[in-house]
Amino acid sequence: MTPVYLDNNATTRVEPSVVAAMLPFFTEQFGNASSIHAFGAEVGGALKTARRELQALLGAEHDHEIVYTAGGTESDSTAIFSALESLPDRTEIITSKVEHPAILAVCDHLEKTGRARIHRIGVDKAGRLDLDAYRAALSDKVALVTFMWANNETGTIFPVEGLAEMAKAVGALFHTDAVQAVGKVPIDMKSSVIDMLSLSGHKLHGPKGIGALYVRRGTRFKPLIRGGHQERGRRAGTENAPAIVGLGKAAALALQHMEEENTRVKALRDRLEAGIQQRIPNCFVNGDKDDRLPNTCNVAFEYVEGEAILLHLNRAGIAASSGSACTSGSLEPSHVLRAMDIPFTAAHGSIRFSFSRENTDQDVDRVLDVLPGILEKLRDLSPFWAGTNETPKAFKPVYA
Amino acid sequence: MWDYTDKVKDYFFNPKNAGALAEANAVGEVGAISCGDALKLMLKVVPETEIIEDARFQTFGCGSAIASSSALTELVIGKTLTEALEMTNQDIADFLGGLPPEKMHCSVMGYEALQAAIANYRGEEWHDDHEEGALLCKCFGVDEGMVERAVRMNKLTTIEQVTAFTKAGGGCLTCFDGLEACLAKVNAEMVAEGLLAEHEAYRLGGTSQAVVKQKAREMRGFVKAPEEPKPAPAAAPMISLDQIALVPPPSSAAPSASGGLTMLKKIRLVEETIEEMRPYLRQDGGDCELIDVDGNTVKVKLSGACVGCQMSSVTISGIQERLAVKIGLPFRVVPV
Repeated sequence: MTPVYLDNNATTRVEPSVVAAMLPFFTEQFGNASSIHAFGAEVGGALKTARRELQALLGAEHDHEIVYTAGGTESDSTAIFSALESLPDRTEIITSKVEHPAILAVCDHLEKTGRARIHRIGVDKAGRLDLDAYRAALSDKVALVTFMWANNETGTIFPVEGLAEMAKAVGALFHTDAVQAVGKVPIDMKSSVIDMLSLSGHKLHGPKGIGALYVRRGTRFKPLIRGGHQERGRRAGTENAPAIVGLGKAAALALQHMEEENTRVKALRDRLEAGIQQRIPNCFVNGDKDDRLPNTCNVAFEYVEGEAILLHLNRAGIAASSGSACTSGSLEPSHVLRAMDIPFTAAHGSIRFSFSRENTDQDVDRVLDVLPGILEKLRDLSPFWAGTNETPKAFKPVYA
Repeated sequence: MWDYTDKVKDYFFNPKNAGALAEANAVGEVGAISCGDALKLMLKVVPETEIIEDARFQTFGCGSAIASSSALTELVIGKTLTEALEMTNQDIADFLGGLPPEKMHCSVMGYEALQAAIANYRGEEWHDDHEEGALLCKCFGVDEGMVERAVRMNKLTTIEQVTAFTKAGGGCLTCFDGLEACLAKVNAEMVAEGLLAEHEAYRLGGTSQAVVKQKAREMRGFVKAPEEPKPAPAAAPMISLDQIALVPPPSSAAPSASGGLTMLKKIRLVEETIEEMRPYLRQDGGDCELIDVDGNTVKVKLSGACVGCQMSSVTISGIQERLAVKIGLPFRVVPV
């Protein structure tokens, strides 16, 4: 039985051609790009090519607007600390309640240590940003506005371009955590006003441990990591050459497959979503159905608990993830679903299926084949379902 | 994914005694859908002998909740009510070959359901309506009685354990003080009864509350754990990070409010801050002198053991952090 991998928002399989591109840089072209000799020079050339490939995916005007980091988390931290240090007269940060912990935990820490005042903007039941609250929080005290491009749990897309323009109007820097968006939706930084953008290699079939922070030319910047001239002094440390080459190759492939992502992959997602809603009662889709990543599907199943569903799926060879409390070690369901005010009855039973271009029609068939049985079995166990054939409680979700 | 034993997996995938029991004459219901798990235990008790002839369950919850419920029914079938009442949540966990520590509350839920079902059979009121002492944890609806029982039965001595066994404190943690008082009270009783060694007992004021609370929140992934502060070498003038962390952060309004500080006031505050830190520096044979304040840049002169010490950058950032906390403005501290 071939496993069905539908957890691509967690991480993706590294494309074999990406691995092949990386391999020579471990044992053959192993030089330090900073070295003056031939070993260094050949690596330097490869890094330049890789940088241009990533530049193309981002539609960036200059290749030096890319600063390589160890991943999305480091990119996020760099952007936040850089903004606070670059604009010392401003001590406030605006972000949202549904950001990734790579943003939220840093903001919590800054708040706790008294270094910044944090505005956390809420979302509505579909996960859309509260624009009025955002507008009200903007002032000339704000150093940085950071909103994610697309949500990792629901796929909901924020209108970052417009949000960035509002931030620029008060002189604040604008950063977006685009880890889930890069490679899935077209990005063109040339025609954007966004100052900084985080991305991660392993979300687009590239290697883990590499990411980048796009920093618009002319943006005030302070490095997070010092101790070398690499990346024009903006991120010290010997370049991770194999990973940078791998990310370049992955970026080139992502650009090539962008259309497929938004047609074939999207069709797979839509078929799964429609199939689930057809076959399984008492479930609904979380997130903004109109403005969403093409690969992400987050479904809430009432009266069952997410971990129980995942354990059954896993036994059937299907990998997905859950916003349920029990899978994370915390006792409360995901902060994203809570911010969206999804009722607890459903938040505990929310499952995320995230596709990539490697998924097939057979994958969707497999899920549609086994999922109804799993839900039936677990609902039979549930005291709230009561094993009757009728819908237990009239269920009219206001958010669906 | 959790490290479940094969027995837990078996009882989850193939639960025994699942479903409704029509002829049940003892029913216990605990938990709620909002809390993420709930269990309805149904028993058929033979009135003459008080033997539990049959038991069934319905559970909403994760893998270990379903497995624990099923294990509970297997354990109680054939037992008399008196025997069943002697069971503890540990019996359920043991039956399954153990549960991950964070999942122990699943076994406690089974225990509570059994107590509730037997009380129901005997026509007693099972005090699950938060009338048994105060409602401690509002997030998960845990009352004092449940915490007391779990502490006593499982010899719990930390707040983390209380959360793992009862879920109390697993949400907003505003109940921390209540949980602490309850844990300390029961531990003290247990010490008096010879059930617990005195040094193991949780004592109020034994640890700084701020530190314990922070630790509890970190354990639950609410906030990122700071790096373990390394013990300062005796000769190195270094400000331990906890000395700084214990200072309560200023209210969020502080940064903007202090924006209008006069230079004189600012200098005075900086001086005060350095004065407060001086004992720690002197302890390690160092010292620090304020040279100038220029905008948000504070120039200091390190002397004594601080000079040439590799830890001086730690000292500098310690002063910087302390200033930020105290004054609510980001300062840059530069040694001259």
